[in-house]
This record gives sequence, structure tokens and C-alpha cells, in this order.
Amino acid sequence: MTILGLPIQVLLGQLTIGLINGSFYALLSLGLAIIFGLLNVINFAHGAFFMLGALAAWLALTVGAVNYWWALALAPLATGLFGIIVERLLLRRLQGLDHLYSLLFTFGLALAIEGTVRDIYGTSGLAYPVPAALRGPVDLGFMRLPAYRIWVVAVALVVCFGTWALIEKTRIGSYLRAGTENARLVQALGINVPLLVTLTYGFGVALAGLAGVLAAPIYQVQPQMGSSMLIIIFAVVVIGGLGSTMGTILTGLTLGVIEGLAKVFYPQASSTVVFMIMVVVLLLRPAGLFGKEA
Amino acid sequence: MTAQSLPQAPLTTPALSVRDLHAWYGHSHILHGISFDVAPGEVVALLGRNGSGRTTTLRAIMNLVGRREGSILVAGRETAKLQPHRISRLGIGYCPEERGIFASLSCEENLLLPPRIRDEAMRDDEIYALFPNLLRRRDAPGTKLSGGEQQMLAIARILRTGARTLLLDEISEGLAPVIVDALFDLILKLRELGFTILLVEQNLHFTAPLADRFIVIERGKVALEVEARDLEASTAAIDRLLGV
Repeated sequence: MTILGLPIQVLLGQLTIGLINGSFYALLSLGLAIIFGLLNVINFAHGAFFMLGALAAWLALTVGAVNYWWALALAPLATGLFGIIVERLLLRRLQGLDHLYSLLFTFGLALAIEGTVRDIYGTSGLAYPVPAALRGPVDLGFMRLPAYRIWVVAVALVVCFGTWALIEKTRIGSYLRAGTENARLVQALGINVPLLVTLTYGFGVALAGLAGVLAAPIYQVQPQMGSSMLIIIFAVVVIGGLGSTMGTILTGLTLGVIEGLAKVFYPQASSTVVFMIMVVVLLLRPAGLFGKEA
Repeated sequence: MTAQSLPQAPLTTPALSVRDLHAWYGHSHILHGISFDVAPGEVVALLGRNGSGRTTTLRAIMNLVGRREGSILVAGRETAKLQPHRISRLGIGYCPEERGIFASLSCEENLLLPPRIRDEAMRDDEIYALFPNLLRRRDAPGTKLSGGEQQMLAIARILRTGARTLLLDEISEGLAPVIVDALFDLILKLRELGFTILLVEQNLHFTAPLADRFIVIERGKVALEVEARDLEASTAAIDRLLGV
């Protein structure tokens, strides 16, 4: 069977690979959007935290003989904790200043983290083995796909929708939504906003760390793995717009798929298609597809 | 003058005691040394023209201004160095001028947002008995509520915390007469229940029958302080300061 002159297997194959990339986009842009919403910080260190998550998993395995399954929980926790320390000790001091300061700070932080990692581990990349239980292909009927990639999509979807439920359906989520609208007033109503800010930053960073662990067996662990992804993540947030958790998740997944399809139909455009979409969206809906017009 | 009409101030600790309060937004110096007390159970109206510093006074009490100096005692406790959420937890409920209803929260989420600070706070069913509209509209997004409903919600959510001192900023502004009447009855009821209320108002007709005392703010200073019983004698002076 063919669609538009292409075997359906090829099409579905690229669709699935797109969905995997989209899973990373969704996890990363979700954290970025939550952080920007409450802290008004454009977190340029997000890619570095993604890399730290992968590195933490690699270190856990190599140094501590901690297996993948434990790393899946511990590495995001450690990355999140690192984020909390960064927020408490450094980022907090820039509160109330122009956005530019926190942007420059997180940009510098990313360079410092990546430079340190490069200095110690080099740029060639550290291999992380796929966990034994997820090795080998799975036959989906129309194609055979590495089991690990299906696992990545499943985990990303569960975590993304779990985060959505946390934000939209719980008490603490209502604090976050209200704080995103007017943090000062939320604090005047008796809520410990500084603590909320710290936890939110830690949570967003932990999501990046989790994405890093998931990515470690697919890409190699290397200092630049996050910063190359980060540019697309920013585009995802801009296209999706701020103010809708579900919108951010869906935009991330969809753009991954569109990128995958571009690889089939017009490979030359696959690295730029996201940015072309961004241009069109900015022209037609400056606040983003799901964003609330200010 | 009978003993009953004397202010109860000397023996009780004021619910709120503001001393030499200065406040700034950026480089603009808005409050220039404001001092006043509010006794427990007292209703005090802050009057003044637009831009005189009434709203800033409330915001400064909550530590929501850029910078503030001076002393603000809440039930005898100094709050100069406290963050807004700590001040709120001392039993102060703040209702901002713009009402501050969150668009991304439902009516009920808005109501339940501020944490309870005292066990004896009004229960949710008591709140809903007082504000039946909010029960009917509980699932509506905050900003789909009418102006009157939003104002009721903004007051309801601070009552639910158990706050005994309420800072209410221009609650009657821009609302239909029937809603203004309902708000009037509500404040009257809260007054009977013993709440301490600091009311910022432009409308003297609204506050005249409600307040025990009137403080007129002019250019960031207290220009005049009038007890309710002296209101009639001072109407001319107040009108002059309010520019009506």
C-alpha cells in the first residue's frame, strides 16, 4: 500500500520517530513553559539540565552500578534538587529585575555546566546501554520498532498527562495557575509563593532531567545534547503559546511528528520546518496557538 | 459625651497600627508618613481623591509596594520585615481594587485558594449560605462571573480564611446599584459579626452609615480624621478635600 507515492511503512516509520522526538519536545517545553509562567524566567539552562539528567544516569550506572530503573527516578530527583539549589542561591537574587538578567544568568549557567562536563568527560559522548528488558524490536504489525523507543513515548505521555492533571485538577496546581496570573496577589492571600517558586523551578528542571534519562540510551550522553535541542524547544513554546498546559504538550508532540513527516516528503526542510511554522504562527496568532491574548 | 461613646482604644491593642508609613513605587514617593490606628471591631473608611494614596496604603500594609518604611503593627506584632503571605496569616484579608479574580481558576478554586488561617473560620457551607450565587456558579471560570459576583467572590474568599481584619479596596466601584446595596448589607453584617474593617472608598454616601471613623488622605498624608458622630459637622471640610 502506498500513500502519496510512499510505502505506508516508511510513512508510519517516520511518524513514529517523529512521535519520539515529539515526546522529548513535550517534556522539555512543558517544564520551560511552567517555569516561565510563574517565574518569568526564560530558562536557557533547560538544555543543560536535560544533559545533566542523562549524565546523572550514566554516572549512576558507571560509578554506582545503579541500574536504569533506579536512575529513572533518582536522576530527575538529583537534577531537580540541583535546580532548587540554583533557584535558592542564585536565580532568586535576580527577582524583580528585568527579564534580561535571568536570561543572561541561565545562559551563562548553561555554558558553565556544559563547559565543566566537556572538560571532564570530553565531547565524544558516553554510551549508555539500553536496559535489558527493553532491548530488541517490537512488531507493531505495520513495522518493527525498538522496544525502548515505544517505552520512551509511553513514559513521556504518562508524565506529560500526569503533569497536566497536577496543574489543572489539584489544589497545588491552582496555586500555580493563579501565581502565573498574579504572583504578588497570591502571596497576599496567604500562600508561600517563594516556596512555590522554588518547587516549580525544581519540578520543571526535574522534567528536563527525566527527559535526559530517557534520552541517554538513544543519543549518547554528551555536553551539547541539550543545547542543540533547546532552540527547537523554545520554538515549540512560542508556537504553542503560554497559558495552556495541554496546548504545550500537544504542540510538542505534533511538531515532532511534522518534523518526521518533513524528513519523508522534503528532507531539506526537516531541520527548518519547525521555524517556518513558528513564523506563520507568529504572523497569524502572535500569542501562539493555545496562548491567551494579553 | 457619655462614657459609652468614648473610643475603646486605650486598653485594647489595636487590630492595626500604622506609624509614619512611607511607600515608594520605583522612584515615586507615594506615602509621606501616614499614621492611624484601627481598633478591633472598628470600621474605618479611608477617603481621598484618586491618586491620594489610599490604595497604596492598603498595598503597603500588605507589603505589596516597591519599598516601604515605618511601622505597621498587626494585633501588636511588627510586620515591617514580613513577606505578604506572613502578614496575611496574621489574620488580614486583602481584597484588591481590581478584585483579583483568577481567570484560569473556577469560581470554587478561587474561593478555596487562600489557606485557612484559623480553625474558627467560616465553614464552606456558611460561606455559600452567605453567597448563594457563588454556589450556583461554582464551576464557572473566574472571569465569566459578573462584576458583582466577582466582587462577592473576592470578599468571600478572604472571609473563608478566618481573617478578622479586612482591607477592602473600592468594593462598590463600577457596580450596579442593586449590587452596591447588597455589598452595603454585607459590610453591615460583617460589622455586626465583629470584623475589623479598613475600607477604601470614594463614595462617601456608601461609607457614611457604615464607618465608625473616617480618615481623609491627601498627597500621601492624613489630612483629616473624623469620628462618625462628628461627620455632619465636618462634611464641608471632607467635601473640600475630596474635591466634590
